[in-house]
Amino acid sequence: MEQLASALVYMVIGVSVCAFYFYGSNFLLDKLFPTKNRAVTIVARNLRITTRIRPWLFLGPAIIFLTFYLFYPVVDSIILSFYGRAGKEFVGLSNYSWLFSNDEFLESFRNNMMWLVVVPTSATFLGLVIASMTDRIWWGNIAKTLIFMPMAISFVGASVIWKFIYDYQSAGNTQIGLLNAIVVFFGGEPQNWISMPFWNNFFLMVILIWIQTGFAMVILSAALRGIPDETIEAAVLDGANGIQIFFKIMVPQIWGTIAVVWTTITILVLKVFDIVLAMTNGQWNTQVLANQMFTWMFRGGGDFGRGAVIALVIMVLVTPIMIWNIRRANQEMEGR
Amino acid sequence: MIRSSKRSPLVYLTHATVLFLVIIWTIPTAGLFISSLRDKDQLAVSGWWTALSTSTHMEVDRAEPPSNQVQESDHFVIKGNILHGKSGKISKFGYSSLHPQAYKAGEVAQIRNGQTLQVMPNGDYVLSSPTQWRGRNGKRIFYTAEIPPHFTLNNYKVVLGADGLGQSFINSLTVTIPATVIPILIAAFAAYALAWMRFPGRAILVASVVGLLVVPLQMSLIPLLKSYNWIGDLFGVSSKTYVGIWLAHTGFGLPLAIYLLRNYIVGLPSEIIESARVDGASDFDIFRKIILPLSFPALASFAIFQFLWVWNDLLVAMVFLGTSPDHMVLTGQLRQLMGSLGGNWGILTASAFITIIIPLCVFFGLQRFLVRGLLAGSVK
Repeated sequence: MEQLASALVYMVIGVSVCAFYFYGSNFLLDKLFPTKNRAVTIVARNLRITTRIRPWLFLGPAIIFLTFYLFYPVVDSIILSFYGRAGKEFVGLSNYSWLFSNDEFLESFRNNMMWLVVVPTSATFLGLVIASMTDRIWWGNIAKTLIFMPMAISFVGASVIWKFIYDYQSAGNTQIGLLNAIVVFFGGEPQNWISMPFWNNFFLMVILIWIQTGFAMVILSAALRGIPDETIEAAVLDGANGIQIFFKIMVPQIWGTIAVVWTTITILVLKVFDIVLAMTNGQWNTQVLANQMFTWMFRGGGDFGRGAVIALVIMVLVTPIMIWNIRRANQEMEGR
Repeated sequence: MIRSSKRSPLVYLTHATVLFLVIIWTIPTAGLFISSLRDKDQLAVSGWWTALSTSTHMEVDRAEPPSNQVQESDHFVIKGNILHGKSGKISKFGYSSLHPQAYKAGEVAQIRNGQTLQVMPNGDYVLSSPTQWRGRNGKRIFYTAEIPPHFTLNNYKVVLGADGLGQSFINSLTVTIPATVIPILIAAFAAYALAWMRFPGRAILVASVVGLLVVPLQMSLIPLLKSYNWIGDLFGVSSKTYVGIWLAHTGFGLPLAIYLLRNYIVGLPSEIIESARVDGASDFDIFRKIILPLSFPALASFAIFQFLWVWNDLLVAMVFLGTSPDHMVLTGQLRQLMGSLGGNWGILTASAFITIIIPLCVFFGLQRFLVRGLLAGSVK
C-alpha cells in the first residue's frame, strides 16, 4: 500500500514536471520575445523567432524519449551484433556465422515462418467472416463483445487458460482438459498436445488466433459498414447472390483495411514471446526468435552479441512492413 | 446491409454459426472461471464441465489407528467417519485394493477371523473384531463417494494470502498507473506540434513516428539494459527500479500515443484553431484551452491501450524490473506459478483469474473508447 502511495506521488510529480516544463518553457519564450505592445518591426521579428522555436519546445520531451528508448537502441543493437558477449571485444561477423549454423536458430526461424503464415491469415479470415455475419443479426453486438474479449487478457493469462484446455492425463484416467475429454468421448486416445512434435506449434498458435481475431473483427466490421450501400444495391439488382456480393463487391472494397489488419497482426506475431515462454519455453521444437533472444540475453550472465543478432533478424523481418507503413502515411500527408 | 434477402435457411445458418463461434471463444475463459471456484480436490479428478453435476470418484483413506479401539462387550470396535467432514454420499466400499467396490454402503463386509467392516452411506464406519486390533496404522478403507457440486472461494483465499499474489497485485498497479499517465501529456504536446504547427522537418518526424511504431521491442532490450546498468553503477543504485520501468513504458508507448493523438487532432476543424490564432491566442493557449478538452476521447483511447498493454506486459517487466518479490508483477508471478505448480489447477486458475479481472473490467466498462482507438490507430 505504501508502495502504491509512493507510485501515485511519483506519478503526480512526473505529470507536474511535464506540465511545468511545457508551461515554463513557453512562458519563458513569450517573455524573451514578447509579441505584444512592441513596435511592429520587433513584433514581426519576435513572432518569426517564436514560431520557429515553439514546435521544438512542444516536441522536445517526446524526441528525447523516442531517441533514447527506440532510435538509439536500434543503432546500438547493430553495433553490438559485431561484439562479443559482454559487448566489449570486437568479434567481426562471428555472431552472424554462429547464428546461421545454430540449429536452434534455424528451428526458431522455421517456427516463426509458420506462425507468420498461419496466425495473421487465420485471424484475419475469421475476423472477416465473423464481422460480416454479426452485422446481420440482432444480437451481433453481444457476439462481437464476447469474441473481442480475449483482447484484454494477457498472453500469460491466455496461456494458463489454454494449458488447462490442453491438459493431459494418461489414458484410463479422467481427462480434465477439455480437448482430451472430447477426444476420449469420441473414442480416441488422449494426447499430450503440448509436447507433440511439429503439431504443438499449431496448438500454441491457436492461443494467439483466439486473442487476435477480435481485433481483426472490430476493424473489418467498421470497414464493412463503410461500404456505400449503392454498390451492394446495384449488385442485388443485377441478381448477385449473397456469397457473390461478399467476395466480389464487399471484399475488394476493403482490401486496404484487410492489408492493415494483416500487417498489424504479422508484426505482433514476429514479436510473440510470452505464449511460448509460458507454455513450453521453447522445448519440444517450439522455439521462436523472440524467446530465443530473451534466453540468450540472460543465459550464463547474458550474451549481448548473440542476443543482439537475433533481435536484428526480427528487425529485418519487420522492415518491409515498416517501409510500407511509412509510404502509406506519406501519401496521406500529401493528400491533406 | 443485405436486408432484402428473405428469412431463408441461410439466416438460421448465420445465427447457428455465430452462436457456435461465440461458444468456442468464451468457453476457455468460462472454464477457467468455473474451475477457480471449485474445490481443488474435485478439480483434479473431474472436468470443470461436470461442476454442476454430482461427481463419483474412488478414494482410499485410513481408519482410526488400533490405539483408538474400544471394547464393547466381547468385541473390539473402531469407529469413525471416513469422509472426515467432507460432504458426499458413500455408494460402495471395500477393504482390499483388489476389490475396492466389493460392498454396497450399509452392508457388512466379512474380512477374516470374524473381523467385520461396515460403512454407512454418510461415511460412518464400524470395524469390529472378536480379538484385539493390532498394528500401528489404521486399516485402509476403499470407498466410492458421490460428491455433490461444491463451489468455494478457498482457492482465492490461498492465492491472495500465501503465494505473494497480493503483493504482486500492488506491484502491477504501481507499474501501471504512472506508466499510463506520464506518456499522455508528452504525447499530446508532440501530437499537436505535428498536426498544426508548421516547421521544417515535420514530414520526416511524422514518418519516423510511423516507422518507430513497428520497431520490435526486442531491439531495445539489450542496449537499454546496458544503459540502465551503466546509469545504475554511475549513481550507485540498482538498475531495476520502478522509475526505470515507468520511463521505459513511456518510451515504448510514445509512438502509438503520438500517432493516435495526431490522427485525432489533425481531424479537428481547422476553423476553430485559425480563429483562435486570429484572436491572438498563442499555440500554448490553443493547445491548453481548445485541443486538450476536445481530444478527450482520443486521450481516453490511448490511456486504455497503454493500461492494458502495461498491465499485461511480461517482457519489459522481467527485463527492467526483475523478479524479486517486491518487484514481481502479476504476469511474472503467474508465469512462475505455471512453471512450479504445473498440475495444481486450483491455485493456477484462481491466480490467472485475478490477473485478468482488472483488464476485463476495463474492457467491458470502456469498450467504446477501445474500439474507437483501434479504428483511429489502423484504419485511414
